[in-house]
Amino acid sequence: MSTLRALARAQAVAAGVAQPVATVRHLHLSDRPLVLVPLALAGEANAPLAALVGAAPDEARLLVVPQPRNRDQRFAFAAELAGIVLPWLDEFRDRTEAVPVDRGRDVRHRYLDAPQLLVPNPAGITFLRLFGRSTRFRRPDGEHPVHPSVPLLGRWLTFFAERAEHPGSAALVALTDALTLHWATGQSVVEDLHLPALLGWLDPPPGLTGAEAAALAEDPARCPPAGPATDPDFDNHRLAPVMEAYADAGDDPVARAAAYAELERLLHDQLAPTWELMWRGVGLLRALPAGARVAGRWDGDKDAFTAHAEHVDAGGGPQPRRDGAVAAAARLHRLERALTSYAVQRAYDDPLVMAEHRLTGEAFVGDVTLADPKRVDDTGKRPVLRPRIQVVTTEPVLVPVGATLYSPARPGQKAKVVFVTPAADGKTEVVLELSGGMGRGLTAPPGTVPEVGERLCLTTLSDGFLPAGNFPAPEETPWTHGGPPAAAPAPADPVPAADADPAEDWS
Amino acid sequence: MTETAQRLAEIRGGVPPRRHNARTIAALTGNPGCTRRAVLDSAGVDKPKLAERIGFPARFGQSRFAITRGNAFEAQVKADGGAELLRLVAERLGVPVPDGATWTDLGADEDRPERSRTALTASGDGPALFDHPLLGLDVAGRRVNLEPDLVAARLAGRFHVVEIKSFPIIDGQADPAKVAAAAIQSAVYVLALRELLAAEGRDPDVVSHEVVLVCPRDFANRPVASLLDVRKQLLVLRRQLDRMARIDDLLAAVPAGFTADLTTDPATLAGALHGVPARYAPECLAACELAYFCRHEARGHTGALGRPVREALGGVAEVAEVLALAEGVRAPEPEQAEAAALLRAAARLRADALAGHPA
Repeated sequence: MSTLRALARAQAVAAGVAQPVATVRHLHLSDRPLVLVPLALAGEANAPLAALVGAAPDEARLLVVPQPRNRDQRFAFAAELAGIVLPWLDEFRDRTEAVPVDRGRDVRHRYLDAPQLLVPNPAGITFLRLFGRSTRFRRPDGEHPVHPSVPLLGRWLTFFAERAEHPGSAALVALTDALTLHWATGQSVVEDLHLPALLGWLDPPPGLTGAEAAALAEDPARCPPAGPATDPDFDNHRLAPVMEAYADAGDDPVARAAAYAELERLLHDQLAPTWELMWRGVGLLRALPAGARVAGRWDGDKDAFTAHAEHVDAGGGPQPRRDGAVAAAARLHRLERALTSYAVQRAYDDPLVMAEHRLTGEAFVGDVTLADPKRVDDTGKRPVLRPRIQVVTTEPVLVPVGATLYSPARPGQKAKVVFVTPAADGKTEVVLELSGGMGRGLTAPPGTVPEVGERLCLTTLSDGFLPAGNFPAPEETPWTHGGPPAAAPAPADPVPAADADPAEDWS
Repeated sequence: MTETAQRLAEIRGGVPPRRHNARTIAALTGNPGCTRRAVLDSAGVDKPKLAERIGFPARFGQSRFAITRGNAFEAQVKADGGAELLRLVAERLGVPVPDGATWTDLGADEDRPERSRTALTASGDGPALFDHPLLGLDVAGRRVNLEPDLVAARLAGRFHVVEIKSFPIIDGQADPAKVAAAAIQSAVYVLALRELLAAEGRDPDVVSHEVVLVCPRDFANRPVASLLDVRKQLLVLRRQLDRMARIDDLLAAVPAGFTADLTTDPATLAGALHGVPARYAPECLAACELAYFCRHEARGHTGALGRPVREALGGVAEVAEVLALAEGVRAPEPEQAEAAALLRAAARLRADALAGHPA
């Protein structure tokens, strides 16, 4: 927790309402995000109980599983969910855009937009990940056939869950994460995981402080939890009797229909408040203007969506249960690069995020007091344009001479620290030598060199290109990492043996 | 009755001490610096009732669906005289599956403590499984009986605690919080089992620090065994139990006449509790029945926002003080100088950025 964010929490306590920690929105928000609020049955291994799904506030569809321990019903739920998710995915596949590759020598096509899934909290992401895991190896044929859409849904949910691990991706977002990225509440991180309490701080009802609204929201009788876990009292006193009534109805169609209707009503009442909160949270985020680099990151999601859609179309197999050594290393490398780049981009987009780096000495803001835009360095083989500027700042300058700094205003330009001189009134003078971002000639085009009087932020954070690592082919996995994988697992039977027995039933 | 026991009885009021189980003992290891909790737990106060009486009821319900599933899985694993369980445990420990292991259910008897002790400390060291042993631990000078849903497996001359849990292990991974809870609970059993053997003059180290955790694998109900090393948990547990054994030191910090007697009226009760220092952290919400009361009391303190927040604010204890230092309206104490400078800089940067100044 940065001191700046911690201070925002302290201010939120005093103000009685959440305080902003961002001035722009750092994630893409789709016009039609698919909001999914799942509930799971307590004690089971990720057994779905119900879900409320839809791409607009008035399009909520309720799915329920009257007997979550029954595997047939579990996969019927998956098929029903697939019936909503798969057509929604297809909506994004009718238009493509051309993207230049290989320095403009070629183009490739990607979908013009990508789908976005929103769930209430990180536990919701875990639920989808595990639900994807439990469905993607299923088969429409064989001993325990499922609807053909079930394994497909599993692969897409797995795709979304993997994107959710990718820093800066907005393909699958937990709303609590998205909101706490932009506001600090007067409660702890643990309490922020509870969506109703979080929104109590963000948007308290009239006459209540954030703390009071959050306290009310913590009472499960007044405000059901945002799932996937249900309230134990609800389970014991309300859900269990209705589920029993459904089971007792047996083959009596009238009693069964009545019990089912009652179950639907009960679960809808548990899910509806969270549904409202989801769209209220989306509304709060929509009110913020998007950061400059958000669209670029969303392009990454579009690429990933396109690539996975092509993989599925080409008959590619489901994602493996575990990555091999090389795939795991490459994935970790990708995630680390994305994490670095995401942190830098947020700071570049948002002065309030950059302020966190200024506080730790990774950035400072100053005024340009001298500029020599025509300076040419002719000591080398051929002369090069190397303008110098002097910046005066009141902030502590912790960077050493020789360090390379960057400015969000001109991200393509490097500024090498030449002199750092203490001046009067605790100020510091920094002389910088500029290179890059000024064309190819020996005269800098107007605007490419900061002018005297300009206020400039300089930082060690670079949004420059990070080269991809080199990894061996899987069959060349070094012995330190287990050596080449043994003969490829028989693709004929992708269902792990332990899962191949879906007939088991608990009661 | 010793003076200490007398004092603890007064704190408790006229009721018998609440019984501990492995779960409550394991919970003691969280937040070891909290005097309020150590005193109430040592006295055996009924904390859920206490929390309810003072208007801050705990929310630690358990769904009957979870209980049903847990029981069903346990019954399945223990079926057929533990044959399947024995195979799982032996294979996980890398020893040959023995023929003719004995299965002793110590749960059904009247004279359980005696029988458990005799059975577990008998000199034989052939392969054997003991279900529902009754174990004991000294907690705050009082003997506490543990009735674990546990199997002690004696294989190749060593005892292993076998813990059966119904959370799934999917592709070799389980919920870390659940595994951590299982590890600390198992450590309680390891400790109790070692004490039992030591009391009979046997080598306590025949009880392994490696606990066998049996869980359903993936999404099916087939059990899978894994090993958990609980040495760290044993250390933590011993330290906290030792601390509770020195309850006299803790009681010295408690105002004379303090009582958590449930028949006292709520306002007096709450007032008395305020007199015993607590150390609230947000993590308490998941572990201690009194957490909501302590949280309410800690409002306005930076610690209630979480330890990382408090540290990031330079360790300054109160929110009002943080803001006063940040705004420069309060002169810092000498030891706060550094924190105050940081807070002032942070406040200035925040105000700057929010006012829309270019960065």
